[in-house]
Amino acid sequence: MAQKNIQPYMQRTLSADRPFSTRQFFFQWEWLLAAILIGVIALNTSLSPYFLNINSLRDATMVFLDKAFIVFPMAFIMIMRDIDISVGSTVALSSVVMATVYNSLGASMEMAVVTCLLVGAICGLVNGLLIVKFKELSAVIITLATMILYRGIAYIILEDQASGNFPEWFGFFGWGYIYGIPFILILFVIVAFLFGLLLHKTTFGRHIYAIGHNDVASKFSGVNVDRVKVIVFTLAGLMSAVTAVFLASRMGSTRPNIASMYELDVIAMAALGGISTAGGKGRLIGTVIAILIVGYLQYGLGLINIPSQTLLIVVGALLLFAVIVPKLNLSRFKK
Amino acid sequence: MAVQTANVPPAEPVVKKESKLASVAKFREIGLLIFIILLAIGVQIRNSSFLTVENVMDMATNTAILSILAVGMMLVLVTRGIDLSIGATLALSGMLVAQIVSINSGFSPVLAVITGIGIGIFCGLIIGGLVSWLGVLPIIATLAMMNIYRGFTYMVSDGKWISSYQMSESFVGIATSSILGINTLILIAIFIYIAAYYFISHTRTGRHIYAVGSNPESAKVTGINEKKILMLVYTLMGGLSGLCGVLWVSKFASAQGDTASGFELSVIAACILGGVSIAGGSGKLSGVILGAVLIGILNNALPLMNVSPFWQKGVEGTIILVAVLLNVAVKRGVERNHLLRRRI
Repeated sequence: MAQKNIQPYMQRTLSADRPFSTRQFFFQWEWLLAAILIGVIALNTSLSPYFLNINSLRDATMVFLDKAFIVFPMAFIMIMRDIDISVGSTVALSSVVMATVYNSLGASMEMAVVTCLLVGAICGLVNGLLIVKFKELSAVIITLATMILYRGIAYIILEDQASGNFPEWFGFFGWGYIYGIPFILILFVIVAFLFGLLLHKTTFGRHIYAIGHNDVASKFSGVNVDRVKVIVFTLAGLMSAVTAVFLASRMGSTRPNIASMYELDVIAMAALGGISTAGGKGRLIGTVIAILIVGYLQYGLGLINIPSQTLLIVVGALLLFAVIVPKLNLSRFKK
Repeated sequence: MAVQTANVPPAEPVVKKESKLASVAKFREIGLLIFIILLAIGVQIRNSSFLTVENVMDMATNTAILSILAVGMMLVLVTRGIDLSIGATLALSGMLVAQIVSINSGFSPVLAVITGIGIGIFCGLIIGGLVSWLGVLPIIATLAMMNIYRGFTYMVSDGKWISSYQMSESFVGIATSSILGINTLILIAIFIYIAAYYFISHTRTGRHIYAVGSNPESAKVTGINEKKILMLVYTLMGGLSGLCGVLWVSKFASAQGDTASGFELSVIAACILGGVSIAGGSGKLSGVILGAVLIGILNNALPLMNVSPFWQKGVEGTIILVAVLLNVAVKRGVERNHLLRRRI
């Protein structure tokens, strides 16, 4: 067991000392992802003549990028060897609260958006605190319970109704452009950049990797494991609320059953991006490419009228592909 | 450590000093039973039609499918796994069998049940292979397969429902007929519980499942084939889901693409309420059956108490969370007692 965990870490430190090797450079998960992305775009182009033009590629991002915000904190969580399956319910709850605060309590839309972000962060904070305080329980079971609970609260608030009537400017989040670039795309790039900095260039990020490799050892090395975990889970809640804002804005209304099964898409994107489910491994650049792969694949298959339920198979298969391929013994090619 | 205490009750030495919390652990099932009785009395006061023979039978029939699945889920949880795909497996087997029945109205009910179980076993085998041979985390494997099976269900159904007029009388009769005044669903559930009791407590393989769950490494050293056990557990789960698919379609006389979506959560909830530990190695059939009954009462009682059905999920989520956290608190008490005993 222990050896399994140590090995990839040792490889990485060794490779840092070694001189630059071209073969090593190209033998990376990200290149495989890039090839898959090109394959997806080629496939879509051959399937639909409307796919390959700059407007279509650009506008497609508005459709699939909303859930991409959750992928980054989910990647952090998976690097720490945890998982959060309550994100879809957090999206639903925070958007339902936002709509209710605006429509029923008569608050301004700005207030409602702030409330939405706050509710999301609280949901994540509760997850994090429970996971830290009850270490005997795995994150799976705690987020499973809060997944039912958060969605349940959303149903209690709004029952089976939809709530909308947002002011006109609110639609800007989902449909707005700045200098011809979708607002969501700009924000996505900024968020990806910030999370990348956080993970790869700060002590906090190193702590996340350390916890993923060995949380007991990192605790004894002076890493405040509990604090890191609570912060990361709170971030996941917050980003779920960001997703909720964009989703509600794009659809013009919200209901308690939105964003169901988002957790699958998000986990699939993170796993496909090379975040190992065994913890301690993965880079954010991979997840960005994986987001584009899943997004364009879904968008392209949607263009040729493949029903959305069939897409479930595709996402499920991608997730399996992403977790099985690294388990195959490729190291003999790696020399 | 604490895992074994919950597991091997008769062999445990008599404990002299115990904290109050820890004493709950011994009588966990009794505590749950008392809670259920209090809940039943409370509901009865609010609505007198709750404890009538008719309603209780109704409740038992509605809980039967849940309780059958909970047996399989308990075994999966005991091996430290989880299976989120059972709702989708159930839907797939139900849909395929319903389609066979709608084309061939002379299809015998027994054959229908066997076909359903076969489809379920096949689905379970794939998951078992992923988990045991390829070493994929159970939650990831079953999350992926859940969507693949669900997608297949939509694909084979082409988005259409199969409704009661397309089904033969004998097929609908699988779940709606009764023997000696007791609904067949209840009888099937009782049969499965008896079989499961024998399998878990009186066969070598059954004990191996618990051994693998409590300590995989020592199980391996003892010569237990861990991979085979995992394979078996997920296959059993699949087979039970397949069986329940047929029962479900027969009971509601309709097969849809979204049949039983989210049902896996209720099943897991029943197991957790019944004291099955997510950390593996412990879980009793008596607890699981009480957990299933509690979920069944909640589903039945909320509408009777004029609580809006939209509260159901919220109540369910709260109860699961509280049960899980309480479980940990109890376990901590047990462990503290063990330490205390050692010091003396």
